[in-house]
Amino acid sequence: MKKNNGFMSWVDQRLPVSSFIKNHLTQYYAPKNFNFLYFFGALAIILFVVQILTGIFLTMHYKPDALHAFASVEYIMRDVSFGWVIRYMHSTGASLFFVVIYMHMFRALIYGSYKQPRELLWIFGVLIFLLLMAEAFFGYLLPWGQMSYWGAQVIVNLFATVPFIGPDLAEWVRGDYLVSDATLNRFFAFHVIALPLALAGLIFLHLAALHSVGSNNPDGIEIKENRDKKTGIPLDGIPFHPYYTVKDLIGLTVFLIVFASIIFFMPEVGGYFLEHNNFVPADPLVTPAHIAPVWYFTPFYSILRAVPPILNSQFPGVAAMGAAVLILFLVPWLDKSKVKSIRYKGSLYKKWIIAFVTSFLVLGYLGTVPSNVWGQMPNFIPLLGGLDWATFVARIFTVIYFAFFVLMPWYSKKDKTKQVPKRVTYK
Amino acid sequence: MSKKDKGFDKDRRKFLLTATALTGGLGVAAAGIPFVSSMTPSEKAKAAGASVEVDTSKIKKGELITTEWRGQPVWVLNRTDEMIKSLPKLDKNLADPDLKVTSQQPKYCQNATRSIKSDMLVVVGICTHLGCSPSAKIDPKGDMGDDWTGGFFCPCHGSKFDLAGRVYKGSPAPTNLVVPPHKYIGENTILIGEDSKDET
Repeated sequence: MKKNNGFMSWVDQRLPVSSFIKNHLTQYYAPKNFNFLYFFGALAIILFVVQILTGIFLTMHYKPDALHAFASVEYIMRDVSFGWVIRYMHSTGASLFFVVIYMHMFRALIYGSYKQPRELLWIFGVLIFLLLMAEAFFGYLLPWGQMSYWGAQVIVNLFATVPFIGPDLAEWVRGDYLVSDATLNRFFAFHVIALPLALAGLIFLHLAALHSVGSNNPDGIEIKENRDKKTGIPLDGIPFHPYYTVKDLIGLTVFLIVFASIIFFMPEVGGYFLEHNNFVPADPLVTPAHIAPVWYFTPFYSILRAVPPILNSQFPGVAAMGAAVLILFLVPWLDKSKVKSIRYKGSLYKKWIIAFVTSFLVLGYLGTVPSNVWGQMPNFIPLLGGLDWATFVARIFTVIYFAFFVLMPWYSKKDKTKQVPKRVTYK
Repeated sequence: MSKKDKGFDKDRRKFLLTATALTGGLGVAAAGIPFVSSMTPSEKAKAAGASVEVDTSKIKKGELITTEWRGQPVWVLNRTDEMIKSLPKLDKNLADPDLKVTSQQPKYCQNATRSIKSDMLVVVGICTHLGCSPSAKIDPKGDMGDDWTGGFFCPCHGSKFDLAGRVYKGSPAPTNLVVPPHKYIGENTILIGEDSKDET
């Protein structure tokens, strides 16, 4: 910042622009040992902006009306100048948003970024993840294709499994006896205004909390504990701008190459980003042969399918799926380890995190395929005979998924941790 | 970085900074193109705005018909010989009798009658002031006063036009009515919205 700049000092007396830039960019000190996993937070913000921007331009042409919605999407693809680019940016952006967020969450998990004093930062993050899932779900109904329709039908019926009030609740959510024009219209309202607004607010709180406690790092060391005696600047910190803005620019460039490659060469990603059945208009009378959610929901969908009905109620499966997400809120208090980062945790934790990531990936895969994909277990096996192999495997990994969290207080305490160095390690 | 490297070349740094900013700026500008152009008329709108055919044999002498092109009223007036003869007499009362504002008509209508065939006037029925559609007052005299030789009157702000769509002096409208691109594709068939290449 140049001093004695007439215009800037005029503004600064009225709005603290220069001091904001100082406090949050040029004199905001971030640990100098960030690795590539630290790109994903910045990428998530950029994707949020991309989704808002492309979304605004899509709403200029989209019609939230059961009679016109499907045709208006086709209109965007065929008749609107560059409409296809904007729509593919939005659909690819949605999937990549989840890639980026999952990496961002994984990073926080292995480096203990949820631990004291970052519990609120983590809670805002989980809330953002929850709203993001809702945002994606509401958005997926809008093209009004077969997958949109039946996906919404299934998810809304999850509410119907809630004991006592379920059926009324589902009807209230739909605003009709079936997923219909009323449902589409309200989902549109949630998707384009309610949730983006809430997300923007939460992202602000997430960043405010981050800048108040400062970033964690791969060593899990508080850089604020080692300050220069004269200046008070953390010895292991470097100014966010220009060091990390420029570094993030490199990450962004690589990301944009991937993003553009998908948009221009494989926008459907073999039916994973845009499902084939969604190119057929919604038909309330015919369910497609194989219905599956988009890939980013499949781990949770697998958990839903894996839990068998208990006392003739589907509710336990729904509850398990909800718990799979909600349990993330408790992680700061489940982890009893003395150290933050995986680098100084013992082998026990490492085994559990491998088991957890494996279960997430296997459940994710199983959610994309029909449950009879691996055939049935032979009848001579007692109790389990005739059960789908895939369901059996999904149950095992569902147990592992939850065990990672539920047993965390035990294994994180028992684990032999290594000595954490005083200063960050940096090559 | 060792301590020896502390000194840096300012010029190099400036060059790198400018080069990065320029490349990035170009990228952002290029990414803006789809967004800006998505707001232009879509292929569907363009198809709806395609040319319109008018059969002039059904228009009697002195009769005006209104057709639609790009959602705008287009008037086709079959002028009588008296109407055509009356046109030059009005020149002194008009703001632009010699068609100096050439954007208001295609080159092939840059003539005394502002038309391809002298009797058949084709104009967009939108006032050049603020976009109202004027009323046709084809017959002389009547409620427009005894001096009126026929033309168009805009009810919004009182602009007056003659039977060639030329604007009267003192009207709020600054220019003559627009003659849309059109051509004859048969003896009595006009295609509004397209030029014929040899006529331009």
